[in-house]
Amino acid sequence: MRFPTLAVLAAAAAIAACGDEGGEATAGGDGHDPTLVVSAASSMTEALEACAPEFADATVRLQFAGSDELAAQIRQGVTPDVFAAANTSLPRELSDEGLMSKPIEFATNELVLAVPKDSRIDSLAGLTRDGVKIAIGAEEVPIGTYTRETLAKLPDAQEEAILDSVRSNEPDVKGIVGKLTQGAADAGFVYVTDVNAARGELEAIELPTGLGPTVTYAAGVVEGAGRPDEARAFVDQLVDGPCAEALEQAGFGPAPR
Amino acid sequence: MKGAAEVRSGRAARRAGWFPAVLVLALAAALTFLTLPIVAIFVDSSPAQLLDALGEQGALDALWLSLRTTAASMAIILVVGTPAAYLLATRSFRGKAAVVTLVELPLVLPPAVAGIALLAAVGPSGILGGAVEAAGIELTLATAGVVVALTFVASPFYVRQAVAAFASVDRTLLDASRTLGASEARSFLRVMIPSAMPGLAAGAALALGRALGEFGATLMFAGSFQGITQTVPLAIYDRFSTEFDSALALSAVLVAVSAAILLSVKLVQGSEALGGAPS
Repeated sequence: MRFPTLAVLAAAAAIAACGDEGGEATAGGDGHDPTLVVSAASSMTEALEACAPEFADATVRLQFAGSDELAAQIRQGVTPDVFAAANTSLPRELSDEGLMSKPIEFATNELVLAVPKDSRIDSLAGLTRDGVKIAIGAEEVPIGTYTRETLAKLPDAQEEAILDSVRSNEPDVKGIVGKLTQGAADAGFVYVTDVNAARGELEAIELPTGLGPTVTYAAGVVEGAGRPDEARAFVDQLVDGPCAEALEQAGFGPAPR
Repeated sequence: MKGAAEVRSGRAARRAGWFPAVLVLALAAALTFLTLPIVAIFVDSSPAQLLDALGEQGALDALWLSLRTTAASMAIILVVGTPAAYLLATRSFRGKAAVVTLVELPLVLPPAVAGIALLAAVGPSGILGGAVEAAGIELTLATAGVVVALTFVASPFYVRQAVAAFASVDRTLLDASRTLGASEARSFLRVMIPSAMPGLAAGAALALGRALGEFGATLMFAGSFQGITQTVPLAIYDRFSTEFDSALALSAVLVAVSAAILLSVKLVQGSEALGGAPS
C-alpha cells in the first residue's frame, strides 16, 4: 500500500509543479504589467532567456522552436507578438503575405561542424570515415537548409558521402545538440552559438572560408499582435539594447549594415 | 398540508429541470470539443488530396516503418508481458505492490521523460551504453531504438490490463485443470490465456494504440530519419511546416487506425460482458 501511495503523491507533486510553471508563464496578461509573447528560433534560447527579464515595457513570454514551425503556426492563425527567425526568408515571406511587419535584421550567426569534445573528427574530411553518424537539421528548418546549401558547395562525391552518413534529420537545432552531447551522433552542423551554449561539451570546427553561408536573423511584429507597441520596442532592442548585448555575449555577430 | 407538498414537489420539478440541462450542456460541450478537431482533419482536405499525399514515398516509408516497429514491439510486449502479468496476478509476495507500481510507472511518464530516461539508461553515454555497444547492438538513431522506445511506453498499458484479466479468471477453473493433472505451464496456456482473452486483447489494443502514436521518446532516443526512425507521428511533425496536406493525410490514417483499435476494444469488451464474467 505504501508504495502506490508514494507514487501517487510524487505524480501529483510533479503535475502540480508543471501546473505552477504554466500558471506563472501566463500570469500578468491583463494587469498593468502586460505579457508579450515572443516566438523565437531555438538557437536564441540562452541569449533571449538571459535578457528577457530586463525588458522594461512588459513581461516577456518566450517560446522557442524551429523557425519553420513557428512560421507555420503563424500561418495557421497563431499570433505571438514578435517573431524572430534564424533566417530572413521566413519573416520576408510572412511579411509579403501580410502576416507580419517588415522584418528587421538584428544578428548574424556562423554555421560550424560540431563534435563532442575529445572527438577524433577534426575536419570535414573526418566525416566520411566508416561508421560516423551525423545529425543535421531537417530540410524545412533553417539550420537544415543552411547545412544542405553548404554541403552542395563541396565536390559531389564528398557531399554525397556526408549525406549518406546522416542518420537523423532533427526538427530543430536543440535536437542536433542533444544527439551530440548524448553521444548518439558523432558530428552535426549547428550554429557556433549552440556550441558556446553547450558549455564545453562540444567543440566547434570552423568551415573553410567561403563555404559557410551568411546566417542572418530577422524579426518583426506579427500582424494582429495584442501588444504592437511593446512588440516594436522589443524588436528595436534586439538591434540595440539588453538583448543585443546578450546575443553578442552568446557569440552572435552584429546585424549586417 | 397538501399545499406544502405541492410546493415541495414543484421545487423538486424545478430542480430536476435545471440539473439535467446542465448535464446535457456539459456533454454537448465535451463532445464538440473532443470531436471537432478530428472532424476538421477530414474536412480540411478532400479525399483525393489525402490519397495523393499518401502516395508520396516519405509517407509510405513512415507508414511501413510504423507498422514494422509497432508489430515488433507488440510481439515483445505479448511474449514477455503475458507471463509477467500472470505471475503478478496469481502470486502474492513481499513488495508486490512496489513491483506493480514500477511496472505501471511509464504509463504516467511524459514522453520526453521517457526519451531522456532511455538515453540515460541505454544511450551511448548511458549507464548500460557500454554494454549495449559491446554487444554490437545499435539503438540510438536506429530502427531497433524505435522498437525500444515504443515497447517502453506501450507495455504498461498491456501488462496492467493483463494482470486484471488474469486476476478475474475463476480460480476453480485453474484448480480443476491442475487436479486433472495438467502442469502449470499447460494450464496457463490452455486454461488461463483463453479465459482471460477478452481482457488480454483489450490491453493489447490499448498498447498498440499507444505505440502507434509514440512521438517524443522516439524523437529524443531514436532520432528522425526517413525509412529508419521516422515513424508516422514524426513524419506528421516534419511535414507540419511545409506540407500541411500531407501531414493531414497521415493524421487521417492514424485517426482511422486508432478508431478501428478503439472499436475492436469495445467489441471485445462487449462480448466479455455478454459472456458473463464472474463478478
